[in-house]
Amino acid sequence: MHQPLEPPGQQPLGYGKCSPVGSDAGKAAGCSAGSEASGGIGKGPVICSAICGNPYAGLVSHLRAAWLSGKTRPMEYRMAQLEALGRFLDEKKQDILDATALDMGKPSFEAYFTEILLCKNNLNDTLNNLSHWMKDEYVDKNLVTQLDSAFIRKDPYGVVLIIGPWNYPIHLLLVPLIGAIAAGNCVVVKPSETSKNTERLVAEMLTCYLDNDCFAVVTAGVQETTRLLENKFDYIFFTGSPSVGRIVMTAAAKHLTPITLELGGKNPCYVSDTCDVQNVARRVAWGRFFNAGQTCIAPDYVLCSLEMQEKLMPALREAITEFFGPNPQESPDFGRIVGDKQFRRIRALLCSGRVAIGGQTDEKERYIAPTVLADVLPSDPAMQEEIFGPILPIVVVADMDEAIDFINARPQPLAIYAFSCDSKVVKQVLERTSSGGFCGNDTLMHVTLTSLPFGGIGSSGLGMYHGKFTFDTFTHRRSCLHRNMGLEALNSLRYPPYSQQKLGLLTATFEIKRKGMCTLL
Amino acid sequence: MHQPLEPPGQQPLGYGKCSPVGSDAGKAAGCSAGSEASGGIGKGPVICSAICGNPYAGLVSHLRAAWLSGKTRPMEYRMAQLEALGRFLDEKKQDILDATALDMGKPSFEAYFTEILLCKNNLNDTLNNLSHWMKDEYVDKNLVTQLDSAFIRKDPYGVVLIIGPWNYPIHLLLVPLIGAIAAGNCVVVKPSETSKNTERLVAEMLTCYLDNDCFAVVTAGVQETTRLLENKFDYIFFTGSPSVGRIVMTAAAKHLTPITLELGGKNPCYVSDTCDVQNVARRVAWGRFFNAGQTCIAPDYVLCSLEMQEKLMPALREAITEFFGPNPQESPDFGRIVGDKQFRRIRALLCSGRVAIGGQTDEKERYIAPTVLVDVQHSDPIMQEEIFGPILPIVVVASVDEAIDFINSLERPLAVYAFSSDDKVVKQVLERTSSGGFCGNDTLMHVTLTSLPFGGIGSSGLGMYHGKFTFETFSHHRGCLHRSMGREAINSLRYPPYSRQKLGIVRAASEVKRKGACILL
Repeated sequence: MHQPLEPPGQQPLGYGKCSPVGSDAGKAAGCSAGSEASGGIGKGPVICSAICGNPYAGLVSHLRAAWLSGKTRPMEYRMAQLEALGRFLDEKKQDILDATALDMGKPSFEAYFTEILLCKNNLNDTLNNLSHWMKDEYVDKNLVTQLDSAFIRKDPYGVVLIIGPWNYPIHLLLVPLIGAIAAGNCVVVKPSETSKNTERLVAEMLTCYLDNDCFAVVTAGVQETTRLLENKFDYIFFTGSPSVGRIVMTAAAKHLTPITLELGGKNPCYVSDTCDVQNVARRVAWGRFFNAGQTCIAPDYVLCSLEMQEKLMPALREAITEFFGPNPQESPDFGRIVGDKQFRRIRALLCSGRVAIGGQTDEKERYIAPTVLADVLPSDPAMQEEIFGPILPIVVVADMDEAIDFINARPQPLAIYAFSCDSKVVKQVLERTSSGGFCGNDTLMHVTLTSLPFGGIGSSGLGMYHGKFTFDTFTHRRSCLHRNMGLEALNSLRYPPYSQQKLGLLTATFEIKRKGMCTLL
Repeated sequence: MHQPLEPPGQQPLGYGKCSPVGSDAGKAAGCSAGSEASGGIGKGPVICSAICGNPYAGLVSHLRAAWLSGKTRPMEYRMAQLEALGRFLDEKKQDILDATALDMGKPSFEAYFTEILLCKNNLNDTLNNLSHWMKDEYVDKNLVTQLDSAFIRKDPYGVVLIIGPWNYPIHLLLVPLIGAIAAGNCVVVKPSETSKNTERLVAEMLTCYLDNDCFAVVTAGVQETTRLLENKFDYIFFTGSPSVGRIVMTAAAKHLTPITLELGGKNPCYVSDTCDVQNVARRVAWGRFFNAGQTCIAPDYVLCSLEMQEKLMPALREAITEFFGPNPQESPDFGRIVGDKQFRRIRALLCSGRVAIGGQTDEKERYIAPTVLVDVQHSDPIMQEEIFGPILPIVVVASVDEAIDFINSLERPLAVYAFSSDDKVVKQVLERTSSGGFCGNDTLMHVTLTSLPFGGIGSSGLGMYHGKFTFETFSHHRGCLHRSMGREAINSLRYPPYSRQKLGIVRAASEVKRKGACILL
């Protein structure tokens, strides 16, 4: 006899729901499903044990009721929701560019490329292939099951939670969401509270495109997110820092919830002595200074010989000038740091090594110039944490072996980069290190392929996504065997009373033989 | 300036290591690698932060040093270790049958089938296909990366931990181990301390077949396991109960370690009115009473109509008599409960509903007769937990809809079983429920196919294995892109200063189009 957690009709704090007043959102095309939903929350089964009084229990049980109804399972439903997501990206394109510009001065080219184009690539890849991905996968059978049907069913998990970060606030929220919808789940998305303008955009507008019975946006700070995580979800997809990742995984453990953690890490970039210095400088500078360095797969530091450092320096200076002009602060193509706290943390790292290029800061604008630090020591502050800003330290190593040892002595990064005209060197670095992903002779580009899985290892995360892998992430692969009701003679071999003869026959029908081991037969 | 954790040459408590005295183990074929290893433990990098003084820190760092040396990466090494594992199964076959007979009176037919044959199937499947599984997987590319090489590398995780349970103490330890070795990892295996005889066998003999620099057996109770889990592993594979699974996952969260949890659950078995009653009875009785009911995928309870209950009863009685004779206690083909604690827990469940068949117990032998309970209520003790013993309760439901609602109102099980001569009924149950696996018209049989993934969902676990899926579980899928050092003209499109023209070209070169959306081109 519990009291209803929220009086029907009263909007609980922090739910994004399509409301026709107070914003443009109400006028959007997809805005029809939501209005009666808030009164309907009380109808779902109210799960009320350890989480009684939890402010999100009503929302989660509302979504769970929708999931149990089977509404999200048909392909047509999933496709329609994904198409609506595509309309959101098309129709709200300018709003997205504006919001990310306000949040971190994201240049519109970068915003368009990452937040919209790469999202749409994942979306189109999914729309193009979903019917194929969803199909039961028929598998090999042994002699006993020859007449049965054995297949892998792609089941949705149920109600899943996606927690996004602030650096690519649309991309890193929507790419998982695409897979979660495609796989047939109900979803709670929580955008980052740090990128406020984008958070508001998502809360106010995204919900207008999606079925509010099955998809909800929750806006929450640290405390509310802690409460949100007390609820039982069937999958949690988190992108953020390792320290918060630990908290999320600990919360997930209480409900035995499977998780994907997309975290960060200090991504090393080894530059060998044989390379086209100017090309290396451009590709590294592009990867490092894209989005003002606030990219989880950005090259975090360069490892190279002393001679290469000498050669790289003028080439990097040239690349930076070519990219951002003589004064990067005036360039429309260079972003800003997202917040004051982050700005101060990054600025403090400038005291490492020697400032060779850049180094200027402007606290009011949260501007940090594209900076290269030379002769940085492993003990310097810039080498103790992920930089996540437009600073590129160069650490001098004697040779490739020392670079590999340096990399292996540290936590496994999200990406490793290696530059060399000698592909043997690139392959050596790949083979003798461990990391989430790898890119030879370029930076960032490996993530633009939806055919490659993206994900960390060790402290850079666990699980993977992009393209089909996102669908797979949010799909439980249910093993299914459908046998015949008859043909009992075959089965009786396995029943007691047991005998040596039965065992021989059973072995013959079940055994997988080692190939090349029975040449006499 | 830490003191060495273990004086060199002194055998730390609870490590299984191939010792030439005091057991047959020393005379085994594979027993050569280990002897100098214990003195060598001190050489590895001693990781000593939060876990200083941890009794297993030395062992783990010894294995980590071996992993970093790259020793486990070549296919030849992995194959050789797997072949050695095969020799262990062949040469120690009788020891395995004896140990499991001592631990839980496991009939030798059942032990041979599950502990040896199914293990060898996984082993041979792996040996037959490893060269294929290990290969880089080349993937589709976009226009920008047409001339590059994009592939998924199957990297080992590093040092992994496998914790086994007592019910199939060889199978559930070795099947994951096969995949962990195949994927190129170093491994700590911890057999269950409950199945003492098998634990001793594994600790004394398995180590004699494997390279002790890379593979170790730890014997540990609850307290020691807690200490073991304080160490950082790169993957943890746990089979056991949900409550311990939570503890393991919480410990894994501290190091952000990915995990597989193979847990249990109450597996429902729906029997529709249209079926061959005698066949159903045999298949259900076989699955329930195999290994005296101590099987994580055993049918836990039957859901059927009142009429079907009436029909099933004589059929089940006949099947049980056919299997185990008039007095199952005298049958060599019926097992015993593993321990006194487990025996008392299961015996207490007999007070549910009405005993229709069996019900006899013998505490001295830890014998519980094959038992069927009828007219069991949802609220009865037996419906509150996984039975894990030879008791089959029947819960009466009105229809398939009620059965499905019943299943969906409980935690998600590891397996759902449905029996019906009408395929539509079986498919309905499959489609409208959620579970780890599914088998129509039989029990247990879906796990005998190495081509099907095995794993739970929700409180029945997370992650999956068997056959190739075990290899994949222990492999990190590393997304790799190897680009050319030249051809900078294509790249310059993405560099600042940005322009509308560049954006158009970048878009054209990397866009994934919606199929059927550009019919005019």
